[in-house]
Amino acid sequence: MSNRKLNLKDKYRLLTRDLEWEYSYRDYEEIFKQESFEGIKITDWSKWEDPFRLTMDSYWKYQAEKEKKLYAIFDAFAQNNGQQNVTDARYVNAIKLFLTGVSPLEYQAYNGFAHVGRQFGGVGARVACQMQSLDELRHVQTQIHAMSHYNKHFDGFQEFPHMHDRVWYLSVPKSFFDDARSAGPFEFMVAIGFSFEYVLTNLLFVPFMSGAAYNGDMATVTFGFSAQSDEARHMTLGLEIIKFMLEQHEDNVPIVQRWINKWLWRGYRVLTLVAMMMDYMLPNKVMSWQESFEVYFEEAATSLFKDLARYGIEMPAYAATAIEEKEHLSHQAWSIFYNYGHAAAFHTWMPTDQEMDWLSEKYPNTFDKYYRPRYEKWREMEEAGERYYNPTLPMLCQTCQIPMGFTDMENPTLTSYRQSEYDGERYNFCSDGCKDIFDHEPEKYVQSWLPVHQIYQGNCGGAEMEDVLGEYYRINLGVDNLDFHGSPDEERWNAWHNLQPAEDKLKEAS
Amino acid sequence: MSKVYIALQDNEESHYIVEAIEEDNPDSTVIYQPAMIRIENEGRMVIKRETVEDKMGRDWEIPALHVNLITLGGNVDEDDDELTLTWND
Amino acid sequence: MAVAAITENYVGERLDRVENFHGNQVLYIGWDHHLMFCAPVAFPVSPQAPFRQVLEELIPGAFSLHPEFGEIDWDEVQWHLNGEPFTPDMDATLAEQGIDHKSAVRFATPGLNGIKGCGS
Ligand SMILES: [Fe+2]
Ligand SMILES: [Fe+2]
Ligand SMILES: [Zn+2]
Repeated sequence: MSNRKLNLKDKYRLLTRDLEWEYSYRDYEEIFKQESFEGIKITDWSKWEDPFRLTMDSYWKYQAEKEKKLYAIFDAFAQNNGQQNVTDARYVNAIKLFLTGVSPLEYQAYNGFAHVGRQFGGVGARVACQMQSLDELRHVQTQIHAMSHYNKHFDGFQEFPHMHDRVWYLSVPKSFFDDARSAGPFEFMVAIGFSFEYVLTNLLFVPFMSGAAYNGDMATVTFGFSAQSDEARHMTLGLEIIKFMLEQHEDNVPIVQRWINKWLWRGYRVLTLVAMMMDYMLPNKVMSWQESFEVYFEEAATSLFKDLARYGIEMPAYAATAIEEKEHLSHQAWSIFYNYGHAAAFHTWMPTDQEMDWLSEKYPNTFDKYYRPRYEKWREMEEAGERYYNPTLPMLCQTCQIPMGFTDMENPTLTSYRQSEYDGERYNFCSDGCKDIFDHEPEKYVQSWLPVHQIYQGNCGGAEMEDVLGEYYRINLGVDNLDFHGSPDEERWNAWHNLQPAEDKLKEAS
Repeated sequence: MSKVYIALQDNEESHYIVEAIEEDNPDSTVIYQPAMIRIENEGRMVIKRETVEDKMGRDWEIPALHVNLITLGGNVDEDDDELTLTWND
Repeated sequence: MAVAAITENYVGERLDRVENFHGNQVLYIGWDHHLMFCAPVAFPVSPQAPFRQVLEELIPGAFSLHPEFGEIDWDEVQWHLNGEPFTPDMDATLAEQGIDHKSAVRFATPGLNGIKGCGS
């Protein structure tokens, strides 16, 4: 076989550069229509270099190997009734949030990379985007396969694609990706390839997945790490495209800087969900949100932006705010979901005493001072048979679409309010980051599909909340939603572990 | 100095890779977490095909690293013999 | 600034025009330092409603579950409208006192500092 003699560099050159042809009878601009409207200037695509130099043959070979390993573990998990061996049924609610909130983003990433993989004039970039697009399709498929097993034993999994398009909190991740995909190809790469994949997804796929392992969920950790093994390649592509744009033309620098500022803030706001998954939804704790944030954001981003300083790129604006919020974020997020637990397709609960002690230890400056008394009051209400649910719909941020539960860090019990007026109308925001993003491109964000406003406009089913939640969202009311305590999930879990003799279990299984 | 890092799934094959990394990067730090192993080093890290093959006692090629890779931080350069991670300060 | 778009003079559809709310406008209300309510709340309300209705119907509906709610001295309450200090006129309509669509009204209750004084 002749290609055995080729080294990696030659193979890669043959795959990319030398397979490109001259466009002789059509204009370049006609073929690559979206390459210039964002203002990014590319003078020489041949300078593009894929550091992994991945060729198609080794791509298929190693992806196939990853799949084989992955499905062997899924099978073992199902055969061993792995769902019964996770630490606690509360944990599974993090997986519900993952399936409804994150897996559909993998599908959006697949769409997005397939699209930009057509738009770039450079063949190296096109090949890398196409491979990534295939990876992302693999991610959504393997995630659905992994979680379909949980769907047999727990509530809240059954309508995930429908819910992703409609449910209030899922509009947060959905609109994030819609925003990226409706931008031009270079902005998409900065948004997803760089900001999300390089800087932020580590926070979801590394400490959280390690936490899944620590909670006995081998299926999730395996799809997580299997996806993440592609992610290392995606991260590298994200960094490569940034360096490439910066090297091509100095006029690109301010555009790229603005995109970095915007997308790191947008992505960080989406990760609010992950903060609470880490601190509240993993019964066995690996590390706190704050600790993960310090390793995978503060430390990693500092090295990265020091490296990019040679191009004139600075630490993203609002990074300081994100860092200040690290001692509050997960608690504020959990409070939002506890408030609106009747409108969520997963269960919420108050932490146990032991868990509160862990939170006090991990958050010595904030937990006892601001959050513990609130939680103790809520627990008291629950014990009195009056579990607290917020009776009124929340105010949402126009940009990130999250309920306005964030506070001013100089005054951490005061809601952070920001407002802009545009074309005779008021718009409200949770932060300077979200306000600045709107102010820069208001014609885009006046279109935000804000779930609360849509309900009040009558676009989400009937007039009663029951119609909205039950029919429009397809939440199975009294089953998927409300507190974990008293849920059918809890009842089944208890039946598996305490109430049913082992003999009966065996009989049932056979 | 900035830290480059790599994280691998905690499995049999990775143990050999980690051994090789430790040998080729004597100042690196290895951190074991549930289901994963994170290795960090100041400024630069190299993974050499030869050293890994030596530890495994069989042929191994650099792209096979992807099967067990979870994440990495640093500028990547890969050829037939090694993969390096670097940060410019 | 305009959006960088493939179509020239790109204009987005305003999804939340007041006309879409069937005669109502959206009003946001937040109680400062009482984060048992995780975020300010949103109501559809007629611009012709007097402020008294906000005080007597909307606010109790939203916030009366709080143990301090009954202790509020409404004469001492400090109000903000869209970030500016403001004194509501109970008998004037929202429209008459400049509370327009998607306005944010905040109220602070000095002396009441939330559950065990923690701002919740
Ligand atoms: Fe992915
Ligand atoms: Fe990815
Ligand atoms: Zn926001």
